[in-house]
Amino acid sequence: MTTFIARRLALLPFVAVGVTVLIFSLLQFLTPAMRASLYIHDPKQLNALPDIIRKYDLDRPVYIQYWGWLRQVLHGDLGWSETAREPVADAIRGYFPATLELGMYSFACILALGIWLGTAAAVNKDRALDHLSRFTSISGASLPTFVWALLLLMVFYGHFGWFPPGRLSLDADLYVRGGQFHAYTGLMTIDALLNGQWWIFWDAVRHLVLPVATLTYYLTAVLVRITRSSMLETLRTDYVRTAEAKGLSHHVVIDKHARRNAMIPVITLGSLLFVGLLSGVVITETVFNLPGIGRWGVGASQQLDIPAVTGFALVFAGLLVLANLCADVLYAVVDPRIRLR
Amino acid sequence: MSAIRSTSSAPTLPFSRALAPARAVESGWHRTVRRFRRNPLSVLGMGIIAMFVLTALLAPFIAHPVERNPYMMPHSGYAPDPQPPRPGHPFGTTEEQFDLFYGIVWGARTAFIVALSVIASAVAIALVLGSVSGFYGGRVDEIVMRIVDIVLAFPGLILAVVIVAVLGPSVRNLIIAIAAVEWPTYTRLLRGEFLRVRDMEYVQAARALGASDLLIIVRHVIPNTIYSVLILASLNMGSIVITFAALSFLGLGVPPGYSDWGQLISLSRNWITGTAGDPFTFWYTLIIPGTAIFLFVLGWNLLGDAFRDVFDPRLQGSR
Repeated sequence: MTTFIARRLALLPFVAVGVTVLIFSLLQFLTPAMRASLYIHDPKQLNALPDIIRKYDLDRPVYIQYWGWLRQVLHGDLGWSETAREPVADAIRGYFPATLELGMYSFACILALGIWLGTAAAVNKDRALDHLSRFTSISGASLPTFVWALLLLMVFYGHFGWFPPGRLSLDADLYVRGGQFHAYTGLMTIDALLNGQWWIFWDAVRHLVLPVATLTYYLTAVLVRITRSSMLETLRTDYVRTAEAKGLSHHVVIDKHARRNAMIPVITLGSLLFVGLLSGVVITETVFNLPGIGRWGVGASQQLDIPAVTGFALVFAGLLVLANLCADVLYAVVDPRIRLR
Repeated sequence: MSAIRSTSSAPTLPFSRALAPARAVESGWHRTVRRFRRNPLSVLGMGIIAMFVLTALLAPFIAHPVERNPYMMPHSGYAPDPQPPRPGHPFGTTEEQFDLFYGIVWGARTAFIVALSVIASAVAIALVLGSVSGFYGGRVDEIVMRIVDIVLAFPGLILAVVIVAVLGPSVRNLIIAIAAVEWPTYTRLLRGEFLRVRDMEYVQAARALGASDLLIIVRHVIPNTIYSVLILASLNMGSIVITFAALSFLGLGVPPGYSDWGQLISLSRNWITGTAGDPFTFWYTLIIPGTAIFLFVLGWNLLGDAFRDVFDPRLQGSR
């Protein structure tokens, strides 16, 4: 177990270095003057652009530049974001909670719904529920996230007026910024509860329903497919038949015997699901005006705010490395065959 | 066609074939068609795609170009409110009066051009890297596959956003960005296929006859890997168009007024809440381009599934 995790951990730095090289080589398409913006922390420094180019070796060979840039990134210095009007590192800290909140709730919903529907579809193969799940997964794979999100807004905001876009309503937002509200975690739903402000909690939930529903529909489609096929395979195995023959109840066979083994490929693909979630977050935040990393990154990309784009890419890459690690560890925990190898 | 025959022609099949004497002399092609037609969903997918192909090919006749660049949507005036379907504008007009019908028809062309260019570039890269990697193996293989791993680990849309941000938005750069995201999948697939085919008897036979590596790759290996590429490409068409539309929707895409479904949908964003009395006043601005892109992607997904069932040798005989 420990050697397995240690081996995976040893691989991580290579992946991390690979990702920084990838991002850095993309930056090489820019002129030195544009790259110099990565090192500016204050708009006033713009006059000293030639000095900055010289100081940070932007006219010297690539590997020297890369090393300098990497050192700076490792110190947490990512430059100044013109679109956020603050240093990139601060902007990331400010925008991250909204993204985390959205991702967290969506991931929970996706896992619960996807695994349940996938299992149910496999158990009821070729019956109504199976057809329903197939319909969900085919349509979910064919309907772009942004179209689905706009449809939801049209019906539930335009027609019913239940779930508005944004993160908070105006009065709740004013209260939160008013000074009496203490931000413990940055996650609005949890902070509201910690402050004992139920109305803000409800307001935050109301604003989260549609974005979470969007991401859930889009990614559950993927998960249902994987769970269903994996479950079907497991249900055909001998040990499941043995369990049935022993006279165990249907639920015990499904829940205790079959599903546990069917989950192994699902975990392997769980990190893939996380990749989908990150892509989905970018679009969802933009459509629903949620002030998260994704919306900020897209805005920055439109306006050539290169330091922000770099920071945005690095954050997502970091999350991804972390998710892969989690999947690997979980994989070893769930499946003893991996652990003992 | 020869490849289909060689994998599914009657004489090489086990004797279970004798149970159906009526079809004993069926050719590989007939068998493929029969298998394809058996699934109504494949036929539906085929129909949808045929419709889009016709629309794209006949675009100049269906929606006559007005501007010098036919991909630019004509617009009558600059009135900010979308206008409902009416004679002359069968699908209505968006904000700033871009004609939706024109945008949908020429948008089909844009979708095909983008998707085919992306696949062509990705396959070209994959053929070079995959063949070197799979055919020769060794250290090159190791390096190429680690690069593939790293690029694949990155969320596609985000990598594309970063590339477009650096290169600047234009149709060409979008194609580059999406191809940069897609090539690893094809490289990995082709490498695997090359590894599989490399040790086949007919490759050894060709080598024994003194054929050069290049000749073996071009004449013997590539033709036998092409079906798996075809399956992947058909399943991929839809997702490429979704990525393209998503970038366009995020404001990182084509110039304003360019016929593209993603842009049409982003033009509907300000109007989804409708007017005070009727929330669905401007339904057509979202529903019409949304349906176009949904059908396109659905068609390719159905068709891709069908291709997989028909061509994938591992599944043959199982149905």
